[in-house]
Amino acid sequence: MTAAESAETTSREQETSALKGFDTQRAALYTVLLGLIAFYLSPLWGGLTTAFKTDTGFLQTTPLIPPTPEWFTLEPWELALATMQGGLVNSMLFVVPATILSATLGSLAAYGLTKLSWRGQVGILVIFLAGVFLPYQSVLVPLRQFWSAVDLAGLLAFAPFLANRADLIELTITHTAYGIPICTILFRSYYKTMDDEMIEAAKIDGASAFGIYKRIVLPLSMPMFAVTLIYQFTQVWNDLLFALVLVTARSNYVVTQSLNELQGSMAQQYNIQMAGAFIAALPTIIIYIVFGRQFAQGISGAS
Amino acid sequence: MDFDIRRLLDRIRRRRTDTEQNGERSVRTDGGTTTERSGRFSKMRHSDAVQALPFWLPPALLMGLFVYGAISWNLLISLTDWSGLEQPVYTDLSLEMYTQMPNDPSFVAAFRNTVVLLVAFTVVSLLIGLVLAILVDQNIRFENTFRTIYLLPMALSFVVTAIFWSWMYNPSTGTINVVLSGLGLDFLTMNWIGDPRTRLAAIIFALTWQFSGYAMVVYLAGLRAIPDEHYEAAKVDGASSFKMYWRVIVPQLSTATTSAAVVLMVFALKAFDFIFVMFGDTPGRSADILAVMMFRVAFSRTQWAYGAAVATILFLMALAVVGPYLYMQYKRGDL
Repeated sequence: MTAAESAETTSREQETSALKGFDTQRAALYTVLLGLIAFYLSPLWGGLTTAFKTDTGFLQTTPLIPPTPEWFTLEPWELALATMQGGLVNSMLFVVPATILSATLGSLAAYGLTKLSWRGQVGILVIFLAGVFLPYQSVLVPLRQFWSAVDLAGLLAFAPFLANRADLIELTITHTAYGIPICTILFRSYYKTMDDEMIEAAKIDGASAFGIYKRIVLPLSMPMFAVTLIYQFTQVWNDLLFALVLVTARSNYVVTQSLNELQGSMAQQYNIQMAGAFIAALPTIIIYIVFGRQFAQGISGAS
Repeated sequence: MDFDIRRLLDRIRRRRTDTEQNGERSVRTDGGTTTERSGRFSKMRHSDAVQALPFWLPPALLMGLFVYGAISWNLLISLTDWSGLEQPVYTDLSLEMYTQMPNDPSFVAAFRNTVVLLVAFTVVSLLIGLVLAILVDQNIRFENTFRTIYLLPMALSFVVTAIFWSWMYNPSTGTINVVLSGLGLDFLTMNWIGDPRTRLAAIIFALTWQFSGYAMVVYLAGLRAIPDEHYEAAKVDGASSFKMYWRVIVPQLSTATTSAAVVLMVFALKAFDFIFVMFGDTPGRSADILAVMMFRVAFSRTQWAYGAAVATILFLMALAVVGPYLYMQYKRGDL
């Protein structure tokens, strides 16, 4: 999408449209839309240009201007990546299981709800819904108390690899628990529209409740799994608050934590900060660009 | 799997023709809810409820422990006077943490800022989202591309956007000031996040940038649900575009507005990550919000009980926003 393309659009409409006023209106519309694109992309654009500039480069030029060959460098990316490598790995280690677990449990819960009478469904649904809107601050102190009482690292002492990663396992369980409500809501709204003739028929066939879930409901849920997994992955990957409270060992810092640290330690090094921000955002940006439709479906279903 | 489904479909078809031939019942469109409650049927329903338990109960228990268990525990902690490194004592409970709030200037400031942020951020995001939705809804070319870009910031972490915006707001080389002076508006350039007077407004502006795309998505769905005749009728009446939208279209978007507003308000209550990355846990009186204050009081100063009390206030605010909304949805049968 470029200015040239939209100019072409309006000029073609000029030929076909009889009304002159209409054309200027269309041109104004596209101008406004492109102006808004410039606004929405400006923080990313300014970050991207800065990340490729040397220290003197980003201080002497404005962020609007791309780096000139004289000031071009990849060093900020190398430095940021070196600091955040561990964080990226740790995030992957806990975000993927947390996402899959909460989506699966959400799907199971939503399937269970469809088997209840409407009254029972709504009652349980409200209990789940409240969890979607919960401000996480209101559970932070108990959460810290709970996990220090459980002492997961001690329980896992027999397997040093797991014990060293206890913080990440805590994060996985915590994010799974708080992800269940939204996943249940998303799947439930999907199952509500599902044709239940097929399920009735399977029931007459003598299939068990779990058999119906496995053979009919689960295969039909794949589009919703895509939506839920994408929504949850983005949410959990982007979170900082739970990690701040639960992750104590530096070796277990997740990506948002290491980016936050990078920002603190490189206070004036905006080029390194920007490169770090892009590295941390890259997985979510890629997912967003590839699965934009599912992402939009997830966030609008979440309301 | 394919085979199973095909066999089932066959069976359904056969069953349908059976009932049609017997003329007993017409094709059901109500999902079977109006079937007579014969003995056998109610037994089936009952066993359904039992069969459903293993599916929804374990997730509900895990969630319930972390959500409702934790909220109750938090409430209990807020009634103690727990602070420092020792363990809480649950025997001597009082409302002391709550009664000291009105006399704590930093709580009052954080509460006021939270309300300002909540209202301003929600209203501005809704307005911008509405404008975006109307613009995108004009049968434009490359609609998907436009929509994707407006919604993009929503996919980013607060940590990432906070870093982008601290650079945007940089007083000497930041994009905002560079653009302003480029437009000859030098008098408007300032140290946006350094100056306490503009700090909260700067935060609200950046958050609006991040979330107005969400409002757009919700409004766009609302606009698409309005029948074309309404537009046509307004045009025949000779209403100008602005009047048409204001008088005819916008009133029909009230459902979209409510649900978007509720979600945005909850986002505002959760804006912790953004402010924490930009300013650390002490953003100063001018930009402190309850979410940040709670974290500072509890986790930096180890005044656990007071932090828990602030958290309870935050929870009650969320409940005040969401409670009526859920009740409304329940009444309308939208749940």
